[in-house]
Amino acid sequence: MTASVTVEGVNHWFGSYRALRDISLAIGAGEYVTLLGPSGCGKTTLLSVLGGFLMPDQGRVLIGSRDMSRVAPARRPTTTVFQDYALFPHMSLRDNVGFGLRMAGQGRRLRHARADEMLALVGLGAAASKRPHELSGGQRQRVALARALAVRPEVLLLDEPLGALDLKLRRSMQDELKAIQREVGTTFVHVTHDQEEAMAIADRIVVMNAGRIEDQGPPARIYRQPASLFAAGFMGEMNRIPAHETAGVVTCAFGAVPRPAPASGPLVLTLRPEAIRIGQASVDRLHIGPARVRDAAFFGTHVRAHLVPQAAPDMVLVAHLPPDHLPGPDDVLDLVAETGDLGLFAEP
Amino acid sequence: MRVLSVAYLIAAFVFIYLPVGALVLFSFQSGSLPVPPFDGPSLQWYAAILSDGDLMRALLHSLLVALCSSAVAVSLGFGAAYGLARHALPGSALVRGLLIAPMTVSYLIIGLGLLIVVQRLGLGLSLVTAGVGHVVINLPLCFAIIYASMGAQQQNAERAARDLGADEARVVLLITVPMLMPAIAAAFFLSVTLSWDEFIISFLLTRFDVTLPVEIWSMLRSGLSPELNAIGSLVFLVSVAIVVLLETTLLKGRK
Repeated sequence: MTASVTVEGVNHWFGSYRALRDISLAIGAGEYVTLLGPSGCGKTTLLSVLGGFLMPDQGRVLIGSRDMSRVAPARRPTTTVFQDYALFPHMSLRDNVGFGLRMAGQGRRLRHARADEMLALVGLGAAASKRPHELSGGQRQRVALARALAVRPEVLLLDEPLGALDLKLRRSMQDELKAIQREVGTTFVHVTHDQEEAMAIADRIVVMNAGRIEDQGPPARIYRQPASLFAAGFMGEMNRIPAHETAGVVTCAFGAVPRPAPASGPLVLTLRPEAIRIGQASVDRLHIGPARVRDAAFFGTHVRAHLVPQAAPDMVLVAHLPPDHLPGPDDVLDLVAETGDLGLFAEP
Repeated sequence: MRVLSVAYLIAAFVFIYLPVGALVLFSFQSGSLPVPPFDGPSLQWYAAILSDGDLMRALLHSLLVALCSSAVAVSLGFGAAYGLARHALPGSALVRGLLIAPMTVSYLIIGLGLLIVVQRLGLGLSLVTAGVGHVVINLPLCFAIIYASMGAQQQNAERAARDLGADEARVVLLITVPMLMPAIAAAFFLSVTLSWDEFIISFLLTRFDVTLPVEIWSMLRSGLSPELNAIGSLVFLVSVAIVVLLETTLLKGRK
């Protein structure tokens, strides 16, 4: 089962602290959306509003076309995978997974069959009679997922579900979550502060900061053409180059930038480390010019280098260069950047 | 140094267990006085108490009062702990303080107070009034034990249960109570042992039907007898059995 989610003009305050500011968001049925942001940005608060654990001070939440703003969690077609899993320690895995069906009044035989089916889906079919304390962190995570999916929710909410797992397990669970979501077709809303996780898993990323939605869109678009300086910085490492607008022309230390100015006054030019290349100047490139290598290290997929451009000796650029050549300190490289890879924002 | 510390340990245990040991030993006395020299062993005093109707009735009464008052104290304590742990109420710190405060009041004062109230209300003294007294003394303990073990873990599990469609009654019955079972059982059994041994309140608040400690006290008035040692040993055995049961079953898994 699956349904769309519509959030309209939601505001919420904790005392005098405004946790959510004018949040409006439309999530399509069957979509995998991640809410991404630093801690305190309001992403978990927004998830609580979707799950019904928090009634927003203003605004509406629609699931499908039904207004759910004032409906208790038990009566919403949503279920949640909690950050600490919140499994029932006194019940077997089968009873944990079957709990929601038991609450819905389904008979023992049917609910056990469904629980076993869900446990098999997450790869724990053989462990149905075990207790949660006998499992590893990753396995508990799977049980929490199976339990939340067993009641066939229209929307599944995941609150930093992979936060407690080690990096390797987290990467493999990401792939698995994505595969399970495709299989069941339910709308997934996944909260995380890890931008790599968000990119790996989501159809669409919603970047949040200070209670506001900063940007939303497919991972590649958010990464390459972020809508705000915050989104640009949060999605990954970024070189910030001061620029300014004079008579409609944007210029920086490396010359004119062939882009319309987003605002007048001081601007910030953003450039991802991998957008900096060694090459010759041409019309559609920003010519950074000769730059001295301060240090460089081999990272397997790329060489990470700190470079001091001669045109702006007090600036240090971070660049990811091809891994086939490791430049030595004080080598001088001629650098360019494709203008399509540049971001341009007003100085905050 | 090592010898000294071992000697100290032995002395401490002798100090604690010698009276109990002597009590149990002289319950097997053959003669009619529980004083040295020991001339047993004999089970005649156990036979005597087991065939003593008044004593056995008092033992049953004690059991009844202990179980019922503990059940009531645990239920009330659980309700108070759940309410205070899960809801932000005005003045909850004060309420918590008031719930625990009776622990500091002596049993004699509580017993006297209850006696005055019961007399004023014109209610007769009975096992029920003694049971009420035991609820009064055990409620703070039950509340404190259960409240202390309510943590974020249960709260998150309760939230998950609500999310999966459970109403409040089923959240409490299927999630909270089973998860808190070690604390609830510990509170219950501790409460049973305290009620089982309690004398002053039972003495003040019972009249015709009495509990075991009160019956023992009235037997004491006619002088020492190995019969008293025998019944004392039985009471002690029950207490020890409960403690051992508690430690081996409930507290074992909590590491």
